[in-house]
Amino acid sequence: MDEIFGIPTPLLFGQLLLGLINGAFYAMLSLGLAVIFGLLNIINFTHGAQFMMGAFVAWMLLNYLGIGYWWALILSPLLVGLTGVILERTMICQLYKMDHLYGMLLTFGLSLIIEGVFRNQYGSSGMPYRIPPELSGAWDLGFMFMPVYRGWVVVFALFACISTWLVIEKTRLGAYLRAATENAPLVQAFGVNVPRMITLTYGAGVALAALAGVLAAPIYSVNPQMGTNLIIVVFAVVVIGGMGSILGSVLTGFGLGIIEGLTKVFYPEASATVIFIIMVMVLLARPAGLFGRA
Amino acid sequence: MAGQSMTSSAAPAGPQESILGFTKAQFIALLVMFAALVVAPFFLYPVFLMKLLCFALFACAFNLLIGYVGLTSFGHAAYFGMGGYIAAHSAKVWGLTPELSIIIGALLAGVQGGIFGWVAIRRQGIYFAMITLALAQMIYFFCLQAPFTGGEDGIQAVPRGHLFGFISLAPDMTMYWFVAAVFVLCFLLIHRIVHSPFGQVLKAIRENEPRTTSLGYRTDDYKLVAFILSATIAGVAGGTKSLVFGIATLTDVHWSMSGEVLLMTLVGGLGTVFGPMIGAAVIVAMQNYLAEMGAWVTVIQGVIFIACVLAFRRGIVGEIGNLLRVRL
Repeated sequence: MDEIFGIPTPLLFGQLLLGLINGAFYAMLSLGLAVIFGLLNIINFTHGAQFMMGAFVAWMLLNYLGIGYWWALILSPLLVGLTGVILERTMICQLYKMDHLYGMLLTFGLSLIIEGVFRNQYGSSGMPYRIPPELSGAWDLGFMFMPVYRGWVVVFALFACISTWLVIEKTRLGAYLRAATENAPLVQAFGVNVPRMITLTYGAGVALAALAGVLAAPIYSVNPQMGTNLIIVVFAVVVIGGMGSILGSVLTGFGLGIIEGLTKVFYPEASATVIFIIMVMVLLARPAGLFGRA
Repeated sequence: MAGQSMTSSAAPAGPQESILGFTKAQFIALLVMFAALVVAPFFLYPVFLMKLLCFALFACAFNLLIGYVGLTSFGHAAYFGMGGYIAAHSAKVWGLTPELSIIIGALLAGVQGGIFGWVAIRRQGIYFAMITLALAQMIYFFCLQAPFTGGEDGIQAVPRGHLFGFISLAPDMTMYWFVAAVFVLCFLLIHRIVHSPFGQVLKAIRENEPRTTSLGYRTDDYKLVAFILSATIAGVAGGTKSLVFGIATLTDVHWSMSGEVLLMTLVGGLGTVFGPMIGAAVIVAMQNYLAEMGAWVTVIQGVIFIACVLAFRRGIVGEIGNLLRVRL
């Protein structure tokens, strides 16, 4: 069993794993976008830049303060989430009464600023972030070598997605959140501080993006553009899945990552475009998205 | 879609006389524009002016969609860039005359706009923006890989050729008059479209799509035609630009170009006749004079974006029009 469909198994499983990892990032980012969109009604274009900031803060913590990966996993989402809270309070909150598209334009402008500043400071070339010693090495699974860190990313991303789902679906806080998504003024009339909830939701969505950034730092090189190309793909993922369902975004994210990985094996030329092609097909068949409500 | 519409231009004060479909104020602005087009090349570097006109035309085409139909395309670079590639290929490899090259580029951009528009108008608002962006990214990857585009190098050394086969466009001044003519023709065409009965329906869709549907208009058809027109004119702008500079590259299909044209239109004033042109002039001049600042240009663009969204939603021309109580 060295080959499946004429493809060497290590290559096939290697790409599948890579696809699963990309899928983990798609899932975490589209989850954050969906949560933010649900309550704030804006598409957070800054999401990619905030993903990049997550990776950069982890890198800075290590290189300037000597704080390692495990603390970065907690500190970086907190710090980046805090910047998100500040952005929401100072700028984004002024746009709720206006057309949704202004929110997109504002966050697009913010992402230009953030990326420009990081590019001025650190240049365009990537900087390495080494895998923490506890997670280095690889397991021999018999049919392939599985780097421990990659397995960790997939498991941890799944854990983060499921925890988010549990918080939103099973807790009182999540119930408030879902209620406010349906009808914010009514929830406010019941005495819930909706503006604060909106701020914290934005902060949490941003923190999720930053968490994905920390996870990505040892896999991709840490560079200012790492978020931009990713976020456009994530937009396509969000269009395919529809933003109505949390589990839907997670499933779509992982599924599309795997499809992309398989495309790299069987028809590499299309690997960069396959998600966009799937988006077109889904739009033709089910305009509301796979899990969306019309 | 509650809340304020994207383009809340000031209502004109009372009935206004119109000259050739322009209001009096617009007609005066038009004369100023013509005068500027004639005088400018004697004071400013013609290549810079041609670049400016190409972007102004691109922004006008974009404004046709965002300003008059209320559709925010976040992927107009795809049509601009594709128009550029096809025109460059026609002129260089097939040896066609410049006007034919631009027309072929524009037609292909229009066909592409037809296909993409057909897909994208299935969703509204924010989804429309995300879909157009994703489709444009697909075109970017296509151009990166397709053999005829030359990948990272682009199509270089594109000849300007001879207009109609006998007027050489190699001198910058001749090329400038050609570009100015293309710009004026397309500008008047857009104005004609916007003020036709068809244009009135487009504006009705912008203001209230369900109500327009209930009046018996197939709004999707109108949106699609507007999308195709906008993409075609964006293709004209891209094709003209590639002939001016003799090069078509990936920069023109990159998503940042889609962001730039949006910024130009926003700065100038969404849904105004002259706004996109002024916005293009501001942004192109800024890029030109701040070029040595590198990545800070991106930062400044971001700041302008935010300032426009938070404080300055009417744009330059919109604010002036509001101040003078006229529609420009």
